[in-house]
Amino acid sequence: MRLRFVLTRLSLLVVTVLVSSLAIYGAMFLTPGDPATLLVGGSRDPDPAVLAQIHREYHLDDPFIQGYLHWLGNCLQGDFGKSLVYRDSVAGLIGTRAADTLALVTYAAVIVLVTGTVIGTVAALRGGRTETLVTTLTAGAMAVPTFVMAVLLIWLFAVQLPWFPVYGSGEGFAGTLKHLTLPAVALALTWIGYVAQVTRTAVRAELRSEHVETARSRGVPEHAVIRRHVLYNASGPVLAVSGVGIAGVIATAAVAEQAFGTGGLGSLMIEAASKQDMAVVQAVSLIFVVVFVVINTTVDLVSAALDPRVAQKGAR
Amino acid sequence: MTSALFARTASKPRAGRPRDRVTLAAGCVVGLFVFLAVCGPLLVPHAPNAVDPLNVHAGPSATHLLGTDDSGRDLLSRLIAGTRASLAAPAVVIAVSTTLGTLLALVAAWFGGWLDRFVSGALDVVFGFPGLIMAVLVAAVFGAGLTAPVVALSIAYLPLITRVVRSAAIKERNLPYVSALQLLGAPTARIWLRHLLPNLGPLVLVQATIGFGYALLDVAAISFLGLGSQPPDPEWGLMVANGAPSILAGAPQQSLYAGLAILLVVVAFNLLGTGLSRRLLGEQA
Amino acid sequence: MSATPPLLRIDGLGIDLPLDGEPRPIVHRADVVIPEGAAVALVGESGSGKSLTARAVLGLLPAGARLHGDVAFAGESVAGMAPERLRRFRAGEVAMVFQDPRAHINPARSVGDFLIEGLTLTRGVRAADAVRKVTGILREVGIADAERRMRQRPHELSGGLLQRVMIAAALAAEPRLLLADEPTTALDVTTQEEVMAIIAEAREARGLALLFITHDLELAAAVCDRIVVMYAGSTVEELPAGHLRERAAHPYTRALLSSRPSVFEAGADLRSIPGRPLSGFEVPDGCAFSDRCPRVRDRCRSERPAPSAAGDSTAACHFPYTAPAEEAGCHA
Repeated sequence: MRLRFVLTRLSLLVVTVLVSSLAIYGAMFLTPGDPATLLVGGSRDPDPAVLAQIHREYHLDDPFIQGYLHWLGNCLQGDFGKSLVYRDSVAGLIGTRAADTLALVTYAAVIVLVTGTVIGTVAALRGGRTETLVTTLTAGAMAVPTFVMAVLLIWLFAVQLPWFPVYGSGEGFAGTLKHLTLPAVALALTWIGYVAQVTRTAVRAELRSEHVETARSRGVPEHAVIRRHVLYNASGPVLAVSGVGIAGVIATAAVAEQAFGTGGLGSLMIEAASKQDMAVVQAVSLIFVVVFVVINTTVDLVSAALDPRVAQKGAR
Repeated sequence: MTSALFARTASKPRAGRPRDRVTLAAGCVVGLFVFLAVCGPLLVPHAPNAVDPLNVHAGPSATHLLGTDDSGRDLLSRLIAGTRASLAAPAVVIAVSTTLGTLLALVAAWFGGWLDRFVSGALDVVFGFPGLIMAVLVAAVFGAGLTAPVVALSIAYLPLITRVVRSAAIKERNLPYVSALQLLGAPTARIWLRHLLPNLGPLVLVQATIGFGYALLDVAAISFLGLGSQPPDPEWGLMVANGAPSILAGAPQQSLYAGLAILLVVVAFNLLGTGLSRRLLGEQA
Repeated sequence: MSATPPLLRIDGLGIDLPLDGEPRPIVHRADVVIPEGAAVALVGESGSGKSLTARAVLGLLPAGARLHGDVAFAGESVAGMAPERLRRFRAGEVAMVFQDPRAHINPARSVGDFLIEGLTLTRGVRAADAVRKVTGILREVGIADAERRMRQRPHELSGGLLQRVMIAAALAAEPRLLLADEPTTALDVTTQEEVMAIIAEAREARGLALLFITHDLELAAAVCDRIVVMYAGSTVEELPAGHLRERAAHPYTRALLSSRPSVFEAGADLRSIPGRPLSGFEVPDGCAFSDRCPRVRDRCRSERPAPSAAGDSTAACHFPYTAPAEEAGCHA
């Protein structure tokens, strides 16, 4: 793989994270009043002494760039400040909830990747009615927003057919799995549709490609044609869309957490936002953006390793 | 030369083909909801926020065609009245991001060089920032309300529209007629307004139509999370959230109907967009 | 009539493809005979059905295609082959060189992978043996640094090199018949000659039979023993390559000859054939060429001419030329 391509993508990652963090930090200065009021936890009448202390702790009276560098430096060391709403360190708040989100996101991502690639591939290879059915179902799944899907699933599988618990996160591995199934499915469905459609198109395109015709013209057994030429070549786009799928699952995790009341980083961020607890929102959105960008970059790098032509053409 | 052959096998699109009928139907649904957004408040059978504590979770009846919600408010009236709030916010998002995005795309395509690279790079950065997270961040600053999603999504949607329009604008800009006009001394503004924009218009329209569906979905999601429209507004995303606790009590109608309304409009905009794309930009997509 | 059947006999071949859901005839009637070791050119404009005819030899038609007539290889019908027999037939008896090597060689796998695949996967040759064999053939087709090339991916090779790789892959299978579908059309002019020379040499060295598909009559005459001309899905004339200039009988063959710019007759009129070439399914009741033919008469529009032999040639025309062509290539 071209070293230059790797370096370009990595520097884009760093720039994206830096600019995003600047935006995340800078957002609080857009408030019409004193940014310190956002760090106290909004709305209520804050004590001037507390405000003054916050000004000192967050370097709000220093020039903007110095304050930013302080904040970023602290974040990099794992110190995200204090939440006055929760009366706890932000890092502590995040720590206890990160595992919940990780479990949900992993569960959903596994569902998306396995189901999406399998049904997309089967649809393309079988063609005919199977393909029409899959195309229709995935188009349907993609059209239903996650929060509407959540409501539908609760109604169907918790009220009509009481198979799954609805709220909370359960005990032990089996309990967790059972509690997370509905949220994970709600979260996954949109992205299953997306991954399945791209997989189907990619496999389809390879099936019709000239090099597959060549392989068949040489008497290569059909199973080897499928494995070595169709699936191998389609793996690039499939991998890329899988990355998009995982990133999408992460970006919408907040909706599923909120809809099903499973605790996690997403619902923490939303709760904090509604209470205008800026320190928490800043920390969690920074984490989300970093994870998001890292996934996108990884996908780009792996695609380039699979198909050297991508690296030659350079970044998008 | 002997090898020249242009065997035309493609048949011309005939009117009344199933796909065209789907597009037409989608257009009608979109038209109906736009009409409701404009005139809805005049058409509602009941006041959308009138509570009736004695008649909560009522099923469909002659007075309440779709039943009532957890406060005894008429669901049909709330859905109709909510059309305006549900459609207005995404409309602003699309208007802002489309206008700004087209302008950015034209500037980047026209001047090229470092300016183009800067715009593309900046958009890559914005693209790395999920719209939902951006909306939560903005909501934390400005407080809950429709401002947060509108501001955040206008920015988040910029890269989508700009990328598509930019590559089309670069193609258009490299067409010989543009250099010819420049050589003839036509002012840049004139070339933009009289030639580039009209030629890119259909593409922009298609992108805006498809984008509208997604914007509506995102705004509704943010309202569902409690950071957009505030009670007692009959905005659809908020209605889905309000109805959620009642589902366990066996009264799913509020969430289901509001969810269905969202679904219907999103699908209609999507189908209309793909249909327009086929019609205006040729077979593809 | 000899007792042993020819290596390849395409007899009254017709192919229908579904277009807009209806089967449309793309090839009406193709007749080609290739004796063992002979080189036959199938010449026609794009859309005439010549590539589809070549694919029918391999039993490699698109889904939904319907076949009439017969393609027989050494007396065995290709359409009648069981899947496993068809696979062995493709793996060892016929090989195809496609027009565009960049599209027809898997871009994601290495060149070496492509070359040995035909031996390891289809005939169970051990990888090391296959590598040794294809390395030798690569040298034979003029690729000196074979080991390095085999490690490269297709995008790192030029079009000409890649076409040599495709030829080497075809030769590695040790076929009895080589199908070459416009093997030089996608290449630039200087490479075209080299590639044609490689095919001709390899053919002679191995006594291979060749079906050479091209739109270029003169190239066909230079490389092959016999010429089959195809128009709008039908073979219209079949004759020895040496007779092409003077003794072509079909008006279409003559029109093709006079429309080709000749380097030897600078300043000569480049005569184009009036009208546009038809696809197989657009053909009217009568002769397919009747709309563009300078010698058209009423009978041509109502009755389709059947191929009829005259001496060493066969032409499907009601009113074939009988006098030697004087005017071909000269200004009228």
